[in-house]
Amino acid sequence: MVVAAETLSANAIGPGFSKLAWVVAVLPVVSAALTLFFGKRTPGRGWIYGVAAMSAGFVLSVLVLWHFVQGGGAVGSSVAWFTIGPLHVEAGQFVDGLTAIMMIVVTTVSLAVHVYSIGYMHGDVRFTWFYVVLSVFTAAMLNVVIADNLIQLLVGWEVMGLCSYLLIGHWWEERINSNAAIKAFIVTRVGDVPFLFGIFVLIAATGFHSANIQQVGELVGGADVSRGLVSAAAVLLFGGTIGKSAQFPLHVWLPDAMQGPTPVSALIHAATMVAAGVYLVGRMYSVFLHAAPEVLQFVGIIGGITMFGAALLALVQDDIKRVLAYSTVSQLAYMVTAMSVGPAGRDSAFFHLFTHAFFKALLFLAAGSVIHAVHSNYMSEMGGLWRRMPVTFWTFAFGSAALAGIPPLAGFWSKDELLVAASRGHEVVFTLMLLTAAVTAFYTTRMVMQTFLGVYRGHGEPHESPAVMTGPLVGLAFGTVTVGFLGAAFSRAVFFKWVFFEVPEPVTFVPWVATLSILAAGLGVVAGWYVYREQPEPDPVFQLGWFSSLLVNKFYLDEVYMNGIVLPVRDRVSAAAVWFDRNVLDGVVNGTARLTRDLALGTDEFDRTVIDGAVNGVAQTAGFTGGLLRYLQSGNVQRYAAFLFVGVVVLAIVITRV
Amino acid sequence: MIRLPLVLFFSAVLFSTGVYGVLARRNAVLVLMSIELMLNAVNVNLVAFSQLWHDVTGQVFALFVIAVAAAEVGIGLAIVILIFRNRETINIDEVNLLKW
Repeated sequence: MVVAAETLSANAIGPGFSKLAWVVAVLPVVSAALTLFFGKRTPGRGWIYGVAAMSAGFVLSVLVLWHFVQGGGAVGSSVAWFTIGPLHVEAGQFVDGLTAIMMIVVTTVSLAVHVYSIGYMHGDVRFTWFYVVLSVFTAAMLNVVIADNLIQLLVGWEVMGLCSYLLIGHWWEERINSNAAIKAFIVTRVGDVPFLFGIFVLIAATGFHSANIQQVGELVGGADVSRGLVSAAAVLLFGGTIGKSAQFPLHVWLPDAMQGPTPVSALIHAATMVAAGVYLVGRMYSVFLHAAPEVLQFVGIIGGITMFGAALLALVQDDIKRVLAYSTVSQLAYMVTAMSVGPAGRDSAFFHLFTHAFFKALLFLAAGSVIHAVHSNYMSEMGGLWRRMPVTFWTFAFGSAALAGIPPLAGFWSKDELLVAASRGHEVVFTLMLLTAAVTAFYTTRMVMQTFLGVYRGHGEPHESPAVMTGPLVGLAFGTVTVGFLGAAFSRAVFFKWVFFEVPEPVTFVPWVATLSILAAGLGVVAGWYVYREQPEPDPVFQLGWFSSLLVNKFYLDEVYMNGIVLPVRDRVSAAAVWFDRNVLDGVVNGTARLTRDLALGTDEFDRTVIDGAVNGVAQTAGFTGGLLRYLQSGNVQRYAAFLFVGVVVLAIVITRV
Repeated sequence: MIRLPLVLFFSAVLFSTGVYGVLARRNAVLVLMSIELMLNAVNVNLVAFSQLWHDVTGQVFALFVIAVAAAEVGIGLAIVILIFRNRETINIDEVNLLKW
């Protein structure tokens, strides 16, 4: 695969293991194939292949990151893939610090989910198939991360969408699950179409010569490409982000995607796939920077609306996974919003993506552990679980504290960097981020108190989950506590020495921003504790009149889509399509058939009369003539002799005359 | 010395007699005999012209014709005998099986 490795840095450090980043992406493909073909015959029904591949992938990813820890530069290599006219597309890898960090995120969460699923999916009818798709998904996500060109990235992007669809609909026997899968697939597709056209625009901008991300990035800054073209490309690419990262107005699929198994929600719909949209903006950041300033403003507006709106929606959810889903939408929107404030915001967004992957995967897996024990998704049927499930409670508490932005956990540090980036001249974004942080802290507190504190309101006797499920929780909790320090200013902020846009931004600790952040988080937590300390019935968030109904009905967006798009398409457009099909297409088909039949009948008639007539006529003529001539053959020797003599005489006369 | 035209006239009469016999007689033996007449008319012509041109070739050829005629009569009479044994007749008008 690696034909020509070239080190893009002037650094003296060799490429090391980063040349082998592609191996990490190939490993899950191998494990998927092994699981598919041998999984059911393997003891344990095939989880061993995926876990082994993820472990190896994780180790390799750490080795790849080590190259950047030592201060190495970006490494790229590629092989020829295909050629269309002047367009030479290569398949290859481009590994910089961002890639290495994303590889760590993907392999860590994927490994945790692979191990956790051994317990969570135990006894599932399609256990082996589940592991196959998990591995395929991981391969696709790694492909997106290491891709050095847009077409390779798109391939991984779409395979992720397919895996998401398959896993949301894993329990497709229930209609609501398959509907959620279809909704997720179609809604993200609405964003993927502009993304595809964005890629076309960028390839067109290179003069149809290359789809390489680095070349495109350098080209858009030059004078050869018009600003309008770059702006169009940026807006179209952002369409892909809106779909994949569940931004307003296409965020509606992600809460419904919670119908899938919880490990899937943790891996795909919290930590990795939905982050791919954010990754795309960051990877193509020079396109956004060189577009018209309105494009980044548009990104900020979309992110801002989503950030605050989703946080409000998370307030009124009773399904614990839906709280986390809206929280994911909101946190992704944090990253998207940060992208709009410039290169510093971009780097902070990636730091938040990094930390968010850990604590949100942890929250989902812990929620899955609770659901596994309680057999219900609804917080109204939980409560008081902290004594019964101590490991789950403490890890969940760490994840929640990180989500709420409480120091010194990971979420605080990354949120702080986001706020610092926004505080430099983006007052509206900054204010909105603070507000959202407060709301986030409030709903997080509500979630923890409803689930783990007070009295148990469900059925049966919930027990702590097996070690194979709590193990990944502890591992991710360790990450949640530690990874924040990688980007903290006082610990030299090494993260920003690995992940940066063009030049590393200096990281400074701004005391007033941190104070405001802690105040907002503390306000949310205290308010949440105050409101829910007595476990009030009914839940106060449903007692706010029109505001509650607005939130419970999700801003009526689903109704708008249903009545504005789905039903008209289904009832009118499909009726028109049926009419067109029955009358026009069937008419054409039937007309053709009738014409063919008539032609065949005509040909048959011609064949019988004219052709057969000619053949039979010839035969009859020959027979008739023969019938006449046969009387010459009389059997009378003397008559033959007479003919002979007459013939001789005639010949003699003829010869002598001549 | 007999004059040539007289000889030719004689041979023509002999040949015509043979032709008449072949075409008109019903008896197969007589038809064969008429064929002998025609062949011998030819022989006469061959000898006559041989004399005229002082060339012995014609006489040699006549001898050949006599030999062939003898063989032909042998076969012909054998066929006639076989027909008679099968059909109890040698009337060639009645021997007409090979027809349409």
